[in-house]
Amino acid sequence: MSGIAPADRFVDHLLAAGFDFFVGVPCSLVAPVIGELARRGRWVGETREDAALGVAAGAYLGGRLPLVIMQNSGLGVSLNAIASLHLPYRIPCLLLITWRGFEGRDAPEHLIMGEKMRGLLDLFGISYRAPAAAGLMDDVGWAAECIRATTLPTALVVRPGLFA
Amino acid sequence: MILSEALAELVPHLRDELCVHSNGYISRGGCAARDRAECFYMMGSMGLAASIGLGLALAQPARRVLVLDGDGNVLMNPGALASIAAAAPPNLLHVCFDNGAHASTGGQATVSDRVRLEELARAAGYRWVGRVESRAVLSCLAGEFLTREGPAFLLVRIALGPPGPPGPRVPHAPEAMTSRLRRALGVEP
Repeated sequence: MSGIAPADRFVDHLLAAGFDFFVGVPCSLVAPVIGELARRGRWVGETREDAALGVAAGAYLGGRLPLVIMQNSGLGVSLNAIASLHLPYRIPCLLLITWRGFEGRDAPEHLIMGEKMRGLLDLFGISYRAPAAAGLMDDVGWAAECIRATTLPTALVVRPGLFA
Repeated sequence: MILSEALAELVPHLRDELCVHSNGYISRGGCAARDRAECFYMMGSMGLAASIGLGLALAQPARRVLVLDGDGNVLMNPGALASIAAAAPPNLLHVCFDNGAHASTGGQATVSDRVRLEELARAAGYRWVGRVESRAVLSCLAGEFLTREGPAFLLVRIALGPPGPPGPRVPHAPEAMTSRLRRALGVEP
């Protein structure tokens, strides 16, 4: 079990780091995290990833610090929201993006985004880390610092097997 | 009734509502009608005004949030109607100015003449749904609408109006709009 991060401790860490609004579209790689958020009555499920980013932007305008969960397929859907809303308006959020297509071992529809995702994040200037279980809690702190310093979206990329 | 006339009927009734304007002519017309720190003008991210309004309404349950939307925007993100109805924030009011066209890109038709957007909102489960087609009726209804328990959806059918924008470009830098709204809410120093 040493390679698996416990979802309840992860959620505790997010709350302790100041994240207090949780919205997104599910992915199996973070199912335990979404389950834990739902159990605590804190999960807002959305229809599309860009809509989730819109809700998160509204929450930030209203004083909350949002986290947006999405599969990397949803990063493609999200690019206009990031480019025309979050970046120009300096509206931050923590993007928790699952890495389907990791190392080319996945269903065909995930392989291209799996390979291109990091390039897209770099292209849009979104700082990210892709931690192993041992570094995850520290990287939550890094992301919170990054967001406070830049007021821009910052990402944690979830490799397969991190949560289950 | 054109957009500027519809806004002229609505704006005098506004008190301290947080107003999210969708992109294009609705932001320009809304800013020209009355600009306040509580107004957020979306410049891009078409379709997301209602989603932004939902997040704002959930984060600020003690404040009334008014989304000023358009038919093109609602059609681009109709899932927002479902999300709003499901979350059912009582402080969220949603107006759709429906001119049946993408006005700012040359007046290309949308499908709102055949698909009634207020019926989408009704089917989704908004607490109250209405439709007005004349300035006289809007004049009677506007003040009452703003006091309704949300989520409430008012479709205001408007004419396309003369070519050209209803006002100058929004003069604020995007990041300045973020800060002024957060300061007005007391969540940013």
